[in-house]
Amino acid sequence: MLNNNSILKVNKITTRFLTQDGLVHAVNGVSFNLKKGELLGVVGESGSGKSVTVLSLLKLLPMPPAEIVSGQAEFEEQDLIQLDVNQLRKIRGGKIGFIFQDPMTSLNPVLTIGYQIAEPMRQHMGLSYNQAHKRSKELLELVGIPNARNCLSSYPHQFSGGMRQRVMIAIALACNPKVLIADEPTTALDVTIQAQLLDIIKRLRKELGMAIIWITHDLAVVAGMADRVAVMYGGFIVEEAPVEELFSNPKHPYTLGLLKTIPNLEGKRAEKLESIPGQPPNLLVKPLSCPFGPRCNYSFERCNRENPTLIDRGKNHKVACWLNADSGERL
Amino acid sequence: MKSKEGEILLKVENLSKHFPITKGLLRRKIGAIKAVDGISFEILKGETLGLVGESGCGKSTAARVILQLSYATEGNVFFKGQDLNSLSKEELRKLRQQMQMIFQDPQESLNPRMTVGSIISEPLIEHGTFRGKVLQDRVEQLLESVGMNREFANRYPHEFSGGQRQRIGIARALALSPDFIICDEPIAALDVSIQAQVVNLLEDLQEKFGLTYLFISHDLSMIRHIADRVAVMYLGRIVELASSKSLYSRPSHPYTQALLSAVPIHDPKREKKRERIILTGDVPSPADPPTGCHFSTRCSMAKEICFKESPNFRKASRGHHVACHLI
Repeated sequence: MLNNNSILKVNKITTRFLTQDGLVHAVNGVSFNLKKGELLGVVGESGSGKSVTVLSLLKLLPMPPAEIVSGQAEFEEQDLIQLDVNQLRKIRGGKIGFIFQDPMTSLNPVLTIGYQIAEPMRQHMGLSYNQAHKRSKELLELVGIPNARNCLSSYPHQFSGGMRQRVMIAIALACNPKVLIADEPTTALDVTIQAQLLDIIKRLRKELGMAIIWITHDLAVVAGMADRVAVMYGGFIVEEAPVEELFSNPKHPYTLGLLKTIPNLEGKRAEKLESIPGQPPNLLVKPLSCPFGPRCNYSFERCNRENPTLIDRGKNHKVACWLNADSGERL
Repeated sequence: MKSKEGEILLKVENLSKHFPITKGLLRRKIGAIKAVDGISFEILKGETLGLVGESGCGKSTAARVILQLSYATEGNVFFKGQDLNSLSKEELRKLRQQMQMIFQDPQESLNPRMTVGSIISEPLIEHGTFRGKVLQDRVEQLLESVGMNREFANRYPHEFSGGQRQRIGIARALALSPDFIICDEPIAALDVSIQAQVVNLLEDLQEKFGLTYLFISHDLSMIRHIADRVAVMYLGRIVELASSKSLYSRPSHPYTQALLSAVPIHDPKREKKRERIILTGDVPSPADPPTGCHFSTRCSMAKEICFKESPNFRKASRGHHVACHLI
């Protein structure tokens, strides 16, 4: 099934949470294809299902309440969804690295930085303590931490947020992953620190050549980093396109609205910000119609009746909308 | 500029807030965290002053000290010409009606056990003579002015989304018809599509009620949209203050320049060509700020004098103030 240049193929992942209030439809049949060495940006607001999608791939969700109802994720001729926990442990932190949003809570406060970086290498690559220690130092230098030798024996609380996130990157890269999943890695950081980290990731990507899935709510971050962007809303991918195509020619009303709501840093200052009316969708309701329909300026009768599927409209630009944005034709 | 003849509503003079660091059983003072370290600015009636800076630079502490929610270590705040330090408790309580605050996290700033109606009516009962039907009418009128249904008064905060909760917080701040509102990161906890709704609401209300805002944020593009003038803070001090137009087109302070270049823009073509000034290192601790210019340790242009003397906050051009030795 996998063609040569694709490294991870996700097919119709559906994840639900069983809560006291009912079934939360977090991810509803999301499919995407990650190519070798590519950076795929996944953009969406809170509750759009962007994190749950990637967490489902490695079953990093508490189950129950979470339940992966269906779907496949093909990685190195295996279906990740079918693997049991022991098999997944060999992949997590090894061939697929993870960087989480909050560097404050994702490092263990009672273990030294050195131990935490060495741990995956000893587990996955079978390195001895000394070998792992030596490589840990190299990794810290790679992510731009000065005085790496002393840092190995320090604890996370001695580091600032930006430094901790660098340590997280070093851990994720420790076993030369084929795929790196970065879940809002710069959201908790200040802009100047964010700029430092984006710079590091750009450089490492060139040096190490891994594929990256970059999850964020910030379209501007994706604009400078990604090769391809998928926009998520209400548990669906609503639009997917190469980065320049998406920003210059957005076709889904949600993407269009989102781009208009962000104020400019340069150029003319808008009198009034455009806004998307209404509230994000209630995920307790089974999505049988277009999730964006109630907030959409262009919605018509079919939008409330049927959920559009992701269709390729040329130039690798896929959109899930009953309206053809180019011709204005209602499908 | 929206201000009328430049009438000064609020004046802050050399304001400082130092938190003591204590040690031992007797809590001996061994140092101080200089959260706010001598800031001065004025806010004109009807304008929006934006206050930007990274986390820990003292912007929220400054807001709290201005509203006398915590006491200043040094310096004065004048509201409509009155020195807030010289007022008695009762006088200050009366004056508080005219100065309100909108908080960052709508989740935590609303009491979960109070209905929306009682949250909004609390200041009206405390300060006003509103009772019974008049009170109820006023609450409903406030709810409508922030774009919410009047029936929501009987519901509890948890029944609403983040954006709606922030609207409740805004209605509460508006209840006593204040002249001046401090918005402390009012949109930071909200989703992008909701941020624009709230900012538009704040702008509409400003026009309708003639409000003056101090708008605190770390989002530089949103500040550019909403503010008439912008003050940039770094490690407890204001490093640059100018009209929004002048600050964004001609940033003078090296920190402002770095800050602006660090913000990603949502255009892949321009983003690829942009030159970034990447600052090295982290913000120093406010407990032990560098001598001389606070920014000297991260500044690429720093000269000898920058490490020795702290620069004065002076006028660079009309309405554009900078604290830097090199300008």
